[in-house]
Amino acid sequence: MNRLLLKWNVGLLALPLLLWIVLLIILPLSDLFISSFQEKVGVGVFEWGLGNYQAFLQEPFYWQTFIRTVLFSIIATMATLGVAFPVAYYIAKVARGRVKSMLFVLCLLPFWVSELVRNYGWMIILRESGLLNHFLMKLNLITQPIEFLYRDATVMMGLIYTSLLFMVVPLVVVLENLDESLLEASDDLGGGRLISLRRIIIPHAMPGIVSGCIMVFMLTLGNYLTATLLGGKESLWFTEHIYNQFMTRWNWELGSAMGFLLLVVSSALVWLGLRMTGQKLNKVMT
Amino acid sequence: MKITKYSVSGVLIWVISLSGFCSETLRILTWGGYAPASIVQKFEKETGIKVKVTLSNNEEMIAKLRATGGSGFDLAQPSHDRIQSAQQEYQIYQPIELARIQKELFDSAVLEATLKAATLGADLYAVPFIWGTNGLIVHQGKASVVQDYTDLCRPEVSGKVSYRLRRPTLISFAFALGEDPFAAYSDLNHYQGILDKVEKALIQCKQNVKTYWSGADVLLNLMRSGEVVAALGWDTTGWKLHAENKDIIYRVPRSGALGWIDTFALPKRAKNRLAAYRWIQFVMQPAIAAELVNEIGNFVAAKDIPSHPLVASSLKQNFADSFPGDTFKNVRWYPPVPPGFETYEGKVLDRIQVARAS
Repeated sequence: MNRLLLKWNVGLLALPLLLWIVLLIILPLSDLFISSFQEKVGVGVFEWGLGNYQAFLQEPFYWQTFIRTVLFSIIATMATLGVAFPVAYYIAKVARGRVKSMLFVLCLLPFWVSELVRNYGWMIILRESGLLNHFLMKLNLITQPIEFLYRDATVMMGLIYTSLLFMVVPLVVVLENLDESLLEASDDLGGGRLISLRRIIIPHAMPGIVSGCIMVFMLTLGNYLTATLLGGKESLWFTEHIYNQFMTRWNWELGSAMGFLLLVVSSALVWLGLRMTGQKLNKVMT
Repeated sequence: MKITKYSVSGVLIWVISLSGFCSETLRILTWGGYAPASIVQKFEKETGIKVKVTLSNNEEMIAKLRATGGSGFDLAQPSHDRIQSAQQEYQIYQPIELARIQKELFDSAVLEATLKAATLGADLYAVPFIWGTNGLIVHQGKASVVQDYTDLCRPEVSGKVSYRLRRPTLISFAFALGEDPFAAYSDLNHYQGILDKVEKALIQCKQNVKTYWSGADVLLNLMRSGEVVAALGWDTTGWKLHAENKDIIYRVPRSGALGWIDTFALPKRAKNRLAAYRWIQFVMQPAIAAELVNEIGNFVAAKDIPSHPLVASSLKQNFADSFPGDTFKNVRWYPPVPPGFETYEGKVLDRIQVARAS
């Protein structure tokens, strides 16, 4: 009797999660999957077929944007790692007490406002008549205002800024567990700083690095606001194509196919990343 | 005993919440500025119906209604040329009963144009709300060379130009290039030929573009800061800028301005149709319509509104300045877009977006 009750209780507790997964993930995704195989042949008339995937492959600008988005996301992930690692190391190993928590809060601070507001903030700073140009002109460093917005480099900076926290947190968590006596031992045995970093710190931090990279890569690949707002007329982000297909072209079928391709390729890349670094997904994500 | 007590109160709560939710709210899907707070307040006071406004644009309105099968809103305000194709493809609207509306409230010419564009079979799907034009917004001192849409691509204004990457831009450029896209609506091949020509021109023009604007606010900021000196835009945006800076004017291009009518349409599964009809009646009353004109800056399609004493004289002046003499006759009104054409236009817009400025 008790055991039965326990089973029911567990089932009841799992219900919200189950509903979440079924209603918000499985159902919409199957809907997308089905509609990605529907071809429009006339006004309100559809046929089954691979036409949407063909359209994606035949239009060079679709798959070129797709490849560009993936490459940019990989570069952004690496750059984020490069920026976040020293920060995380400092927070985890060097800073103590109040300074430590303050630094952590500083990393968190930009996330107290929404992504939209953050991007508008950058636009106010970087636009031709913006703050940065104003100061550069005041300091006589430039004579003509420069347009900082609508450049690939600006988009890259925005992406790194947006995803920094998601790299710092997992890194701090793994680095905090690093036994300092190992570093001392390495030092005693004549290993320099570089050797300690390469042979002790990085291998120890690997699960954190991989989980941070996965999160940042997914966030960047699926980013819409930063890429379109800071990219302006030069923005070429794949999610923008998907949005356009759904919202302004009313071509949901092609949009679904593109969405699925994005899902498949990003999953494949994550799998590849795990294989290359010899990590297991369940270990990385805990 | 206990059970009945609980169930009675339960049913009561259910009934109360239902009535609170369904009958006394009016959910409007519209453009920014079309339902200003002052008018909403007056309507709520007079009728006791709460108004919930969701802001959108033509494409998003249709996409939203398509996603919900025409539910979630009681009233939508798409442009008159987008009604027929959206209704044919997605069946997102329900017919409007003209008998429920006082026809005398409307400007007869605009009403007739809308009826012509928004009728399918025996059913009418929209009545007009407001009309205006697309043209050029130009800083006279800095961009006097810009007389037509294609002048936006001249080297004199390089890097200081903006337009929307949407179908009105394609149509405007087509006319400026000497084509008549509206006449080509009956012949897809011919239309595609025109689109190809426009695509080439807009890709070449890309290096001149500062950025593509997406909403009136963005354009206002670009022009105010002087980052942009010439743009393709709405008459009201131009008039608003003119009020702040006399050097900026709304200019009717040599190839003519394009006229649009935004309408009232009933989504297919609107819950509160009566409230929607009441809103239409309310805002089309002369006094309210005049107030709306002053708020929005465009002329509401109510009878005799352009000469109404309550309409600000500056607006009348703007209109007279932009359309001297009988030039208003040359405004080209958008005919209904044939279904499916937007897919071809979408491809062109995609290609322009991804093209690198040469």
